[in-house]
Amino acid sequence: MSAVIEEHHPDDHHHGPDKGIMRWVFTTNHKDIGTLYLWFSFAMFLFGGVMALCIRAELFQPGLQIVSPELFNQLTTMHGLVMVFGAVMPAFVGLANWLVPMMIGAPDMALPRMNNYSFWILPFAFSMLASTFLMEGGAPNFGWTFYAPLSTDFAPPSVTFFIFAVHMMGISSIMGSINVIVTILNLRAPGMTLMRMPLFVWTWLITAYLLIAVMPVLAGVVTMMLMDIHFGTAFFNAGGGGDPVLFQHVFWFFGHPEVYIMILPAFGVVSAIIPTFARKKLFGYDSMVYASASIAFLSFIVWAHHMFTVGIPLAGELYFMYATMLIAVPTGVKVFNWVATMWQGSMTFETPMLFAIAFVILFTIGGFSGLMLAITPVDFQYHDTYFVVAHFHYVLVPGSVFAIMAAVYYWIPKWTGNMYNEPLGKTHFWLSFIGVNITFFPQHFVGLAGMPRRIPDYALQFADWNMVSSCGAFLFGFSQLLFLFIVIQTVRGGKPATEKVWEGAHGLEWTIPSPAPYHTFSTPPKEIPEAHG
Amino acid sequence: MNTVMRMWFAVAPLLLLSNAALADWSAVNMRQGVTEISRGVYDLHMIIFYVCCVIGVIVFGTMIVSMLMHRKSIGAEPATFHENTRLEVIWTVIPIVILVVMAIPATSTLRDMYEAGESDLDIEVRGYQWKWQYTYLNDDPAKEIQFMSALRTSQDEINNLENKGEHYLLDVDNPLVIPINKRVRFLVTAQDVIHAFWVPDFAVKKDAIPGFVHEAWTVVEEPGIYRGQCAELCGKDHGFMPIVVRAVPEHEYAMWVAEKQQEAQAAFETVGKTWSMEELMTKGEEVYMQHCVACHQANGQGIPPAFPSLVGQGVSVGSIDDHIDIVLNGKAGTAMQAFGLQLNPAEVAAVITYERNAWGNNMNDMVQPKKLGTMMASQ
Repeated sequence: MSAVIEEHHPDDHHHGPDKGIMRWVFTTNHKDIGTLYLWFSFAMFLFGGVMALCIRAELFQPGLQIVSPELFNQLTTMHGLVMVFGAVMPAFVGLANWLVPMMIGAPDMALPRMNNYSFWILPFAFSMLASTFLMEGGAPNFGWTFYAPLSTDFAPPSVTFFIFAVHMMGISSIMGSINVIVTILNLRAPGMTLMRMPLFVWTWLITAYLLIAVMPVLAGVVTMMLMDIHFGTAFFNAGGGGDPVLFQHVFWFFGHPEVYIMILPAFGVVSAIIPTFARKKLFGYDSMVYASASIAFLSFIVWAHHMFTVGIPLAGELYFMYATMLIAVPTGVKVFNWVATMWQGSMTFETPMLFAIAFVILFTIGGFSGLMLAITPVDFQYHDTYFVVAHFHYVLVPGSVFAIMAAVYYWIPKWTGNMYNEPLGKTHFWLSFIGVNITFFPQHFVGLAGMPRRIPDYALQFADWNMVSSCGAFLFGFSQLLFLFIVIQTVRGGKPATEKVWEGAHGLEWTIPSPAPYHTFSTPPKEIPEAHG
Repeated sequence: MNTVMRMWFAVAPLLLLSNAALADWSAVNMRQGVTEISRGVYDLHMIIFYVCCVIGVIVFGTMIVSMLMHRKSIGAEPATFHENTRLEVIWTVIPIVILVVMAIPATSTLRDMYEAGESDLDIEVRGYQWKWQYTYLNDDPAKEIQFMSALRTSQDEINNLENKGEHYLLDVDNPLVIPINKRVRFLVTAQDVIHAFWVPDFAVKKDAIPGFVHEAWTVVEEPGIYRGQCAELCGKDHGFMPIVVRAVPEHEYAMWVAEKQQEAQAAFETVGKTWSMEELMTKGEEVYMQHCVACHQANGQGIPPAFPSLVGQGVSVGSIDDHIDIVLNGKAGTAMQAFGLQLNPAEVAAVITYERNAWGNNMNDMVQPKKLGTMMASQ
């Protein structure tokens, strides 16, 4: 291996990074772009988090104290949009940029210039979206699901900017996913067959197909809104022969695959980390690949389970109930496989492993409430209450977000060449773990007791648990500043990392030096390892 | 509970375990409700919950055992096993069996909910931003009862200037009244955006969609007051449009119907008389505070640009005919509703007069209910 590195060294000298800010503006290097995506995502995570804390501060006690109902609706809407499109999705694209080429033995992404474009669209899209807060009439206030006609005939003027921003995010995502697909299908090192690829690469390949399939649908639905608002059409207006429910069908045809877009790469991350720290091969690699593909397929045929109360006929309700319940099967296969991988391993509990184990437990709790929500007659009681809020935050925060954090701790020694501070990492984990559960677990209770979601004020019987939830939110929110500190500290220095970093690590990215040189695998690796996780 | 105590409970969630709130499951679990359907739904909820608990104990238990026994620090050596088709088949098939078993009672309850039998009483439920309109359908239009139902909690309670009442945010001026042990059908629709009609004790939740009518039904077994809320984000005051249903024995219901019909007759008669300025202003302020204040605000300044100010600008200080037109018919593409559908002529006349003469708008003109009565009848 050292021979390969020496071959690379002259390249670094001649084609190293530019100096100054222009390095980042014009970069076509997958590692630089991965870094940009990750920092952008973290900035959006803090922006969305501040909005979440405003929401939780308002809900600390009954009555209106801090924000008006108009601003409250803007905050819930923007919190959702920013977290989904600004924090979680770009974080996974950043991880894909850093890791996919290194995992498959490719020198870079297949389409480097497009890679640069797909990142640099995002700051403009989100600046435009954030600027709506300063516009007359305020930011979008119709929820991140923007149901018509609240988002068309009854929307603030800023809705047009929102539509344009969504178009830009969609273009960015589509370009990013084309890049991932082309890279994985064309740039694998000789011998890196599909069934030898790490699961992170597999799950991203599937995610990229989902993105290409559904982002145009999102673009379609916002364009129909634009037409309704400005050009006199009536797609979503019954008065003109349209149908408000059509909006929901089109939106959720995008929306359900979208939620899997945010979780599949997380499955890949966890499938890499657990075998490493259990020092044992992933139990069922093949079945994990098939389960991921099944989940992706099912995601296209269950969308109306978000719409059980809109008045779908009995046959439709039954079909969507059965199809939705089926998702539990491949998801169960995944969880059982992770547990079987841990079983009789030789485990150590470094920070990435702690986050990965918490992921398995808390994502499973989110899966349980998902199964409960699938039962249509009971969904009538859960729908649009805090039970749903608890459900999707369990799969998104200790799900996707924990997986992203696990990934950062796991691979940051490779990225920076430095080990992070382990005691601080563990402190960050425990604060996050406790905070997230105090925040979201009580939301199951208030939801079951009857508290609707998206309300700025609530009846007195919900007061105690809302106060608990708000306290947890502040604990979780402020703990993330510790994460920021740890990352900066690691970037600036620390114990030098070895090539392999972790005792149980397997895969091509652990065969190159730490930090990874600016250019890697300019000549393909000779030995391709078996898939391990 | 005072604020300091609340704080303590919040920072020490463990303390909450000793709180009486926990002994009473209604604070943390779904309620059983008062209909056969709602109890069926509750049972399904508990079954699936216990199924999840059992799976959780097995999966998490295995993980915990593994984490305790299979750690490097106590010298555990990693096994090398992986891939086992039989195991993979088992943990695919068992969940499928559980799901099929679960799907059977769920299907049966859902079919019962969709059972479209003959109803004893049909009520149209119409969502408005941010109140409900109930119409008791009757073959004889003269006997039709129709009224608006809006939040009764005061702005002072919401803004913490006054102590919050027992039914804070869950109280309305005119509750929906239904007879017990009768099959009541709700025809649910909306006037502006999508709302959702939800009464947890009946396990009824149906989206109210403008331009479409969907039905739901219930048979309530126990008299009582049942409270729910709008369950679909519908704009600014989504959190402030509760639903209150009073279920009463049949004879009481009959009395209520007679009283309502009499009230409607009386209101109709007041349209005929000539009103004085003071009468119109008093009535107008009352109507304004009930129907207009949410958007245009108590001081008439509105919340521009979505909700324009009425002070010194627009129709309030312009042509009286335009003013009547916008109040009766609303303004397309805005939140301004067609109040001709919600208010009687006296109320419309009074509120227009009020808007033209309040907050220094001194137009010194008025509208007589009689004039509007003729206009509204011809529409």
